Amino acid sequence: MGRKLLLEHINVPGINTFDVYRQQGGYRAVEKALKTLSPEAIVEEVKKSGLRGRGGAGFPTGMKWSFLAKPEGKARYLVCNADESEPGTFKDRYLMTYIPHLLIEGMIVSSFALGAAVSYIYVRGEMMPQIRILERAIAEAKNAGFLGKNILGSGYDLELYVQPGGGAYICGEETALIESLEGKRGNPRIKPPFPAISGLYGCPTVVNNVESIAAVVPIINDGGEEYAKVGIGRSTGTKLISAGGNLAKPGVYEIELGLPVEEFIYSEEYCGGIANGKRLKAVVAGGSSVPVLPANLILKTVNGEKRLMSYESLADGGFVSGSMMGSGGFIAFDEDQCMVRNTWNFSRFYHHESCGQCSPCREGTGWMEKVLHRIEYGHGKYSDIDLLVDVSRKIEGNTICPLGDAAAWPVASAIRHFRDEFEWHITHPAEAVKRNFGLAHYADPLPPVAEPA
Amino acid sequence: MLNINQSAEIIFTPELLTKFGEIVNRYPEGKQKSALLPILHLVQAEYGWTSVPAMDKVAVYLGLQPIEVYEVATFYTMYFLKPTGRYMLEVCRTGPCCLVGAEKIMQYLEQKLGVKEGEITPDGMFSWRGVECLAACGFGPVLQIGPEYTFHENLTESKIDELIDTLKLTTAKTPVDSIS
Ligand SMILES: Cc1cc2nc3c(=O)[nH]c(=O)nc-3n(C[C@H](O)[C@H](O)[C@H](O)COP(=O)(O)O)c2cc1C
Ligand code: SF4
Ligand code: FES
Repeated sequence: MGRKLLLEHINVPGINTFDVYRQQGGYRAVEKALKTLSPEAIVEEVKKSGLRGRGGAGFPTGMKWSFLAKPEGKARYLVCNADESEPGTFKDRYLMTYIPHLLIEGMIVSSFALGAAVSYIYVRGEMMPQIRILERAIAEAKNAGFLGKNILGSGYDLELYVQPGGGAYICGEETALIESLEGKRGNPRIKPPFPAISGLYGCPTVVNNVESIAAVVPIINDGGEEYAKVGIGRSTGTKLISAGGNLAKPGVYEIELGLPVEEFIYSEEYCGGIANGKRLKAVVAGGSSVPVLPANLILKTVNGEKRLMSYESLADGGFVSGSMMGSGGFIAFDEDQCMVRNTWNFSRFYHHESCGQCSPCREGTGWMEKVLHRIEYGHGKYSDIDLLVDVSRKIEGNTICPLGDAAAWPVASAIRHFRDEFEWHITHPAEAVKRNFGLAHYADPLPPVAEPA
Repeated sequence: MLNINQSAEIIFTPELLTKFGEIVNRYPEGKQKSALLPILHLVQAEYGWTSVPAMDKVAVYLGLQPIEVYEVATFYTMYFLKPTGRYMLEVCRTGPCCLVGAEKIMQYLEQKLGVKEGEITPDGMFSWRGVECLAACGFGPVLQIGPEYTFHENLTESKIDELIDTLKLTTAKTPVDSIS
């Protein structure tokens, strides 16, 4: 069994309430932080932990915190990014639903470390049940003296509020999120200035993912060095993986970073293999934005090494034969799935969610969607495949925010690894609308591993 | 599209105004514009959709130009700019859910309700539409029903039948809660 740092107590009945959470050792990190540590010492522990942002970009959290400007007389803000809209990702909803106090505790410690007197949790508007859960948890924590004025007699004051979004994937991008929190359309800002200098209301602001903030709790409880002992290399600690698609046991799993991908997919402790006894065809390992890999490349790198669930191993091979950890949205495709159809679906998503500020993204995503649609429905031409590659290259790197790249990579990688499937759609238009490519030669060539003893 | 000829009189109840006031208090002095998204959610929950007269009232309340409210209401997908059925069933249509049958569920819903995406059933009870990933991909296919956004996971045709039968018998806005 891998170590659990976040979800250890998830099955304790009533863990969503303050009392039970507290009985299980909850809010010790707040006591330790406010009574024995200085804000600088907390930032130091987070640096030592090696924690990398769990929202997708993987930027070291401690380093991000140390960039926060501290001008005299200006408020500083911590904003938690609970917008979770990256297709394939559902871990933050899970954490907030079942163990909301872990996030509240992390917010208190992190806000203290950053010197914030008011902090916000920006939750996507569709998560109304989770908003209610968080509001209740905040009220309980306040009642117990962990929020509000003079917390635990330390002299530190903190107010914590939950802000609903309005339904827009782009508001997960941190500057769009800040715009949205200011009551505007979610148009990403041009950086610099970075939020650490000028964020919410023009004040220095840190935006962190739900899971990053939750991870601060074990880091403070056990110390940064202890946290860094879990995991592998520069991928320290544990990671919540949202496992979806054609898996026998989809769900949210906490893994120690460094777990072999093969074990994650096939062992009974995790996903239990592919649903309905099918074979694995492809995996998108980190949410819809990261490159898709065929089964053979997700299980092993081109050097024949076992692929691991870590930032480095998933990226091994670059975009030629590797992918990315991203948000940990792990989507498995079985042998019956059509890569063209899925690529079209993802393109439609990005076109729908583009905020429309930059032409390459606004026009390019719509163009890719249209071309993919005609290939999928049997009206494609050979030149369409190269056209897609060309459009994706022209979007990549030419936009204000990374949504443009996120829209380009899935298309480019699907064509790189599954080109013959695109060609088959073009050469067999009548069949393409009726059935899938049907050749499972991308499928996992290995027999499923036996259950570990 | 916005229907600017809407003329119905909108009067916010004292209860609603109290809730607005609590929201505005979450932000620093002078930053009440931050309350716009949460207030529009409350308005929609009250009236069923986000009409122009209601937006104009919100603009007055927050001291904003009406355009500042319209541009927000039209940017985000959750604000309905025209009336819907009493229950709006929103099915996730994104990739991971399609791997486990979301498209079939949408076809079934269309056939069962007898109306196309975005339309209202003749009795005024139901509308449906496809929406993008709802962060529940491991439990797909999924649908949600506002204004409290109750969730229905691992959908099958018989679950849809059951859900629609239950909704027909209730009068509450959000009757079937899957998360307690
Ligand atoms: C289009 C787009 C969508 C994003 N969506 C999310 C999201 O839903 N949740 C999230 O935590 N980060 C999201 N991010 C990443 C954030 O911009 C930001 O990097 C992150 O919240 C930082 O937190 P972390 O350092 O703790 O990961 C998104 C980025 C982009 C470009
Ligand atoms: S890349 Fe797309 S989403 Fe990002 S700012 Fe430009 S148009 Fe908007
Ligand atoms: S793809 Fe349907 S909930 Fe994520």
